[in-house]
Amino acid sequence: MLKLLPFLKNYKKNVFLGQFFKLLEAIFELTIPTLMALVIDNGVKNKDVSYTLKIGALMLLIAVVGMICAFTCQYFASIASQGFGTIVRNSIFKHIGTLSHAEIDSFGTASLINRITNDVTQLQFAVAMWIRLVVRAPFLCIGGLIMAMILDFKLSIVILVILPLFAIVLFLVMSKSIPLYKTVQGSLDKLAAVLRENLSGVRVIRAFARTNHEKDRFKASNTSLSDTAITVGKLSSLMNPATSIIMNFAIIAIIWFGGIRVNVGGMTQGQIIAYINYVTQIFSSLIIVASLVVTFTKAAASAARVNEVFETKGSIVEKPAILTDNLDNNSPAVEFQGVSFTYKQSNEYALKDIYFKIHKNQTVGIIGSTGSGKSTLINLIPRFYDSTEGNVLINGMNVRDYSLEALRNKIGVVPQKAVLFSGTVSENIRFGLKNASDNEIKTAAKIAQASEFIEKLPEGYETYISQGGSNFSGGQKQRLTIARALVKQPEILILDDSSSALDYATDAALRKALKDSTENMSVVIVSQRVNSVKDADFIIVLDDGIQAGIGTHKELFKNCEVYKEICLSQLDSKEVHELEK
Amino acid sequence: MSLKNNTLLRILKYVGKYKGYLASIIFFSFVCNILLIIAPFYTGKAIDNIVSKGNVNFGAILKIVVLLAVIYAISAIFQWLLSVFTSIISNRTVRDIRQQAFDKINTLSLKYYDTHPHGDIISRLTNDIDSVSEGLLQGITQLFSGVITLVGSFVFMVKLSPIITLVVVIITPLCFLISSFIAKRSRKMFREQSKTLGELNGYIEEIIGNQKIVKAFNYEERSQQNFEEINARLYECGQMAQFYSSLTNPATRFVNNTAYVLSGIIGALLSIAGGLSIGKISSFLIYSTQFSKPINDITSIATQLQAAIASAERIFNILDEASENYESDKVPELSEVNGHVSFNNVYFSYKKDAPLIEDLNMDIKPGSTVAIVGPTGAGKTTLVNLLMRFYELNSGSISIDGINIQEVTKDSLRRSFGMVLQESWLFAGTIKENIAYGKPDASMEEIINAAKASHAHSFIKKLPQGYDTLIAEEGGNLSQGQRQLLTIARVMLMDPSMLILDEATSSIDTLTEARIQKAFLTLMKGRTSFVIAHRLSTIRDADLILVMKDGHIIEQGNHEDLLKEEGFYAKLYNSQYANS
Repeated sequence: MLKLLPFLKNYKKNVFLGQFFKLLEAIFELTIPTLMALVIDNGVKNKDVSYTLKIGALMLLIAVVGMICAFTCQYFASIASQGFGTIVRNSIFKHIGTLSHAEIDSFGTASLINRITNDVTQLQFAVAMWIRLVVRAPFLCIGGLIMAMILDFKLSIVILVILPLFAIVLFLVMSKSIPLYKTVQGSLDKLAAVLRENLSGVRVIRAFARTNHEKDRFKASNTSLSDTAITVGKLSSLMNPATSIIMNFAIIAIIWFGGIRVNVGGMTQGQIIAYINYVTQIFSSLIIVASLVVTFTKAAASAARVNEVFETKGSIVEKPAILTDNLDNNSPAVEFQGVSFTYKQSNEYALKDIYFKIHKNQTVGIIGSTGSGKSTLINLIPRFYDSTEGNVLINGMNVRDYSLEALRNKIGVVPQKAVLFSGTVSENIRFGLKNASDNEIKTAAKIAQASEFIEKLPEGYETYISQGGSNFSGGQKQRLTIARALVKQPEILILDDSSSALDYATDAALRKALKDSTENMSVVIVSQRVNSVKDADFIIVLDDGIQAGIGTHKELFKNCEVYKEICLSQLDSKEVHELEK
Repeated sequence: MSLKNNTLLRILKYVGKYKGYLASIIFFSFVCNILLIIAPFYTGKAIDNIVSKGNVNFGAILKIVVLLAVIYAISAIFQWLLSVFTSIISNRTVRDIRQQAFDKINTLSLKYYDTHPHGDIISRLTNDIDSVSEGLLQGITQLFSGVITLVGSFVFMVKLSPIITLVVVIITPLCFLISSFIAKRSRKMFREQSKTLGELNGYIEEIIGNQKIVKAFNYEERSQQNFEEINARLYECGQMAQFYSSLTNPATRFVNNTAYVLSGIIGALLSIAGGLSIGKISSFLIYSTQFSKPINDITSIATQLQAAIASAERIFNILDEASENYESDKVPELSEVNGHVSFNNVYFSYKKDAPLIEDLNMDIKPGSTVAIVGPTGAGKTTLVNLLMRFYELNSGSISIDGINIQEVTKDSLRRSFGMVLQESWLFAGTIKENIAYGKPDASMEEIINAAKASHAHSFIKKLPQGYDTLIAEEGGNLSQGQRQLLTIARVMLMDPSMLILDEATSSIDTLTEARIQKAFLTLMKGRTSFVIAHRLSTIRDADLILVMKDGHIIEQGNHEDLLKEEGFYAKLYNSQYANS
């Protein structure tokens, strides 16, 4: 939990002032019973009415000032704790941005969401409690103790004997419940994950008539969450009765031993009353400490989860940026030098020994069967992953030497899965280029063959896209993602099988438009269709992670078995005949 | 005001289910608090026996001390039971609410899923439920004991001194005034806070779920900005909510201190006048603190409840959504389907003012393959939505073997179709479990056979843990094509009466696809199949081609017939050769 303290840095003043005012309030509060003892011992004993009234007025004044101090404290506490939470959330979110897919997968999206919101809320609460109580409670406790000691030292031995008991109870409950609170948050993650799957997979779940199964699945994680919560609840339920019985037995002891003290003339009756008051105060502040301990055990579990995120470092490490591009204009736009790649959990090569050069303005096709490594290959270009062996060069410079921002600015990616964000059509296209003008957006949409359907929409470019783009058809979404990549006029455009949802006519029109308007762009097209790549300057054929062939459509048909097979399965006899000539 | 009370009543209804626990809690709370109220009375008595030097009655004190010990011990036990039962009741209650909300979501139409940010829904079922649970836990523990202590202390105070009691009684209502004033102000803030937290959740869900695209477009900085903007708003309302609600405590403490001081002073004056023993003043002061404690607690519950109510409103909003039409148990199941599907005067639109499908009629013979073609956005997926009853028709009817699909259960209807969607959805679990999704009792052999038939077996075998390989939450460790093969295997295993393939094989290479198609052809034999097709071979071999444009079926027939018509289909067909 201490690791998160630096996030409070900006709120030092608030934390300090909050605690200070709380302390003031506590001091004032402490004086009231003392004054009351004076009233009883002096005012009542001497039958002094004016003294009694004077002290009474003083006590009221103190109550007012105490309240004002408390308000001030709450004000600072709310700023500090909410501010702390806000900064922590911002930082986690930012940190998650630096993680690569592998790390995010290992946490799970649902768990990350919970950590940013639910766990931070717990921490925030702990900070507020800290400011309000951490000074006040020990102060009241120690203050009460000192006052009690001044009142009668011998009787205070009772308190000193009982205090360690208290500490033991606190420690036992705390050490047992920390791991349990972690389990609770973990169960919450699982529950959120099931929920999230149900939201995104609703069509499949309903299609397979598995709603009841999903209900059971949710029920199972729901029950496990509530069961663990109850287990922790039972444990922390011990805290209050245990502490209050300790306190009450202390009072009993004081009555008994106090009686002895009075009997020998060491104390007065009024002092015993005041003494009991102090003891009540000592122990009720200790009970507050106990509840504070419960809050902090909860928070400690959450802090550990938040820290886990902070301690996870992204596997893609950015070098201090080198500002200049390689000035050599003749170097290829993209070059793979003996690149091999293995996924983290696997021991097999996903790509092995890939060599090729893509020059500026070239269009290159990548073809191969499912799982042959096509997507893996293009993921290496914008450095979503780092190659295991060999180098990937852009404009003659290793991708690892670019700043990620500069590198990714050069590349426009159209992913396989057409993902859109909630927002308007134009916002989604502008995703690619922050300051794109309306004209640029329209041009990009036009090349992507999207302008026609966008303009038909009642609200045109301002049409709202709901989450995941579910109000658009697959083909429409794909064209929007293409427009999004085109608007930033990238040097390298990567189309990862991204015309799969387009009908033939649109696909053809798209390729034509791309060809006409991408003069300064190198284009990498990943596809399953020979028709989409056959006009490329050259084609890379992948087979099980190995570069099975490289060359033009015609060359490959002659020399590359794998490619020939693909062609034969797709092209009609007329085309094949033409190739065989 | 009435809305707030309704929400509270609704929460209480859930709690009411646990009558046994509730009764026990009231009992425990009663015993425990009565004992704690009695105790100070004896403490006072004991003190009255400690008068001055040499004037201490140890015999009387001993009796009282033993009695007190018993009282405190019993009350601690009951306090513990109370706390345990409260934890059980509050956790079970929110579990029930959460389950009901989830079950409810399952009855909602797809429109709900399509129009509500998923992160916000998740937030309602996690963050908001947490706040309800916290409110309940605090509320139940403190409310009963608060009321009991209040009444009990009151009785004892009256017994000790009616005059001082009057002072306390006049002053304490102030507390309630103050707290209700504060509660009113903070409720609005809490509502805003929950809403903003939901919004933040929604944003995180979207951005983290799509990190790759965020990175590819250097969107990190902008997403950080957006996040910080929402987060800043959360700070605003969170800070206000916290500040306002935290005022209750010091404010009521002030009132209590005033009551304490006044009763002390009046007690002292009475004593001077000769009416009250010092021990009684002491007891009285203890009662006056004890009397104020529950008031303090009750008022702080009032604010805590504001947060709970604001959150509960958001959960009840889900529960109040209109479900898809309720299906009674009497609705018959659709069984033994031949696959004669007909559309009769079907009208449908997603939005009222934008008609999509108008007067659609077609008749599909059992066992035939129907290819649906047409430009993107022509309404092909809509047709599937209607067949599966994901959306209901505006008018007209769809029937299978002459039975209106609205007159059979949705589950049985959907089970009769095997569907492979364009977006392959896998859940976190093993590959085996994912394949067996539609048939959970399938044997390992059946699973492997289905995987073999869909050509997924070879890649599964290569994975380190084979069929037991865990798929990550997003299915991120598999390629898009591999994921699609798994969804096909899923359908293969189900062996459905009819098939729907929605651009299903788009991410699979043509070699594999050809093999799959062969497998499908075997599967499709004798079964009615709807294929949203892009590939020529599928289209050419189909028994019936439906050409769709702008939601209408503009042409239907087989490949040859349609070509002869030289209509839209012919144009579409020819256009794909435009480049060659």
